[in-house]
Amino acid sequence: MNKKSLRSVFLNGVLTENPTFRLVLGTCPTLAVTTSAKNGVGMGLAATFVLIGSNAVIALLRSLIPAKVRIPAYIVIICTFVTVVQMLMQAYVPELYESLGMFIPLIVVNCIILARAEAFASKNGVLLSMADGLGMGLGFTAAITLIGCIRELIGAGTVFGLPVMGPSYEPMMIMILAPGGFIVFGSLLGLANFITSYREEKRMLREEAEQ
Amino acid sequence: MAQEKKLRLSTAPHIHCKQSAQTIMLDVILALLPCAIIGVIYFGKNAARILVLTTLSAVFAEYFSQKVAQKPVRIRDLSAVVTGLILGLNLPPTAPWWLCVVGSVIAIVVVKQLFGGIGHNFMNPAMAARAILLTSWPVRMTSFVYPQLFSQGVDTVSFATPLQGGSATLFDLLIGNVPGCIGEVCKLAILLGAAYLLLRGVIRWYIPVCFVASYLLFARLFGADAIAGVLSGGLLFGAVFMATDYTTTPMTARGQMLFGAGCGFLVALIRSFGTYPEGVTYAILLMNVATPLIDKYVKVRMYGERGRAA
Repeated sequence: MNKKSLRSVFLNGVLTENPTFRLVLGTCPTLAVTTSAKNGVGMGLAATFVLIGSNAVIALLRSLIPAKVRIPAYIVIICTFVTVVQMLMQAYVPELYESLGMFIPLIVVNCIILARAEAFASKNGVLLSMADGLGMGLGFTAAITLIGCIRELIGAGTVFGLPVMGPSYEPMMIMILAPGGFIVFGSLLGLANFITSYREEKRMLREEAEQ
Repeated sequence: MAQEKKLRLSTAPHIHCKQSAQTIMLDVILALLPCAIIGVIYFGKNAARILVLTTLSAVFAEYFSQKVAQKPVRIRDLSAVVTGLILGLNLPPTAPWWLCVVGSVIAIVVVKQLFGGIGHNFMNPAMAARAILLTSWPVRMTSFVYPQLFSQGVDTVSFATPLQGGSATLFDLLIGNVPGCIGEVCKLAILLGAAYLLLRGVIRWYIPVCFVASYLLFARLFGADAIAGVLSGGLLFGAVFMATDYTTTPMTARGQMLFGAGCGFLVALIRSFGTYPEGVTYAILLMNVATPLIDKYVKVRMYGERGRAA
């Protein structure tokens, strides 16, 4: 395994391997809770907290956990952090807790978290794993906040609850319903692929020119 | 016509004729004209404005999206005109200007060009746009009025369509003296368009006839007034103009019959048991999505193939 710097691991999660747009993980919360920008931020930060915590603990215990039972062990660790987050949110941000509802306990089965445990935390040190958790978590937060902003803007005429479209705007309701989630997510995914392949093409051209 | 049975339009081998995408689209536009003209006569200036707006914005949307994607601009094949016109005929005569423009842009950019343009869309663009508009602005999309021609000056009051519980005689339904979308009210104009398309060989009878027959059967089974049901709402318009779109319907005759029958069944189901009074849009869209499946299971036997029946 190559030496990795904290910074490159962090940026990898935010950009190069953005969980939502590049790895296409965790699509259930991505589609379900992004009806508003606020929900996006809330879900993203909750998942980030769980991700950092579970990555750290799993990295600490990685030599103690037998390979055969690693998945149940990871799930138990993840559940612990999800329970903590759930109780914290219920106590301090009851409104957000209400609006996210069922999707907070469902963070347990968010595949970003299990995927990072399996692919990263089980093979790397504590600090690196935490950096990975932070990067992945913030990448996820940024992505679903963006989707939430777009859906809320078109579907309700507001962003973070503030009216921006003027009083004569008639909201396009489909955007805050399920089909809107698929349309926005699909379009952004296509855009991300386009940008990636465009940059790849430029890089190849540059390398050819250098040779 | 005697050779009709031997020369079904089907998968290869084919005999060449002078038909092209452009001539087909031109025929469809000509077939839509009676509906459009009657719609404008019935509902007045606003209807004309809606039809022009949807058509123009569909063509512009097609032009710009092909420019942006750096593809050859193919607005000359007239498919965008057909999409825009069909969408306009599917709007209520009270629709504001932005509803027309948004609908056309959705139909062309989201449903058609993002999936690869003409021949690659998996749903009928005009139908999908209508469904999106209906979900987004349900009140705007169902503000129906009586045709101005028959009502003396009370054109700003919206009324329930026969499917929503309004009343109408069969004759009213046939000539279109009912509230409804611009193109769907006058059944005689639709039948005229259908006759033209059938005579020109642009569409085959399989889908429209199976659509209506299956609706009649299932509406009767579900205890609805089947005859009035065929003449209400967008059933005939959908069966003739939208369920017959080449791209989104099965290729074989048997597949098309199945497609039509499925549409009729779904419309009867939605109208009788669904929460919506009208279900033509959703029925056609659902069968559009089922089309690859139908094509997979209803195949033509290969020339020279033996043994297992296809």
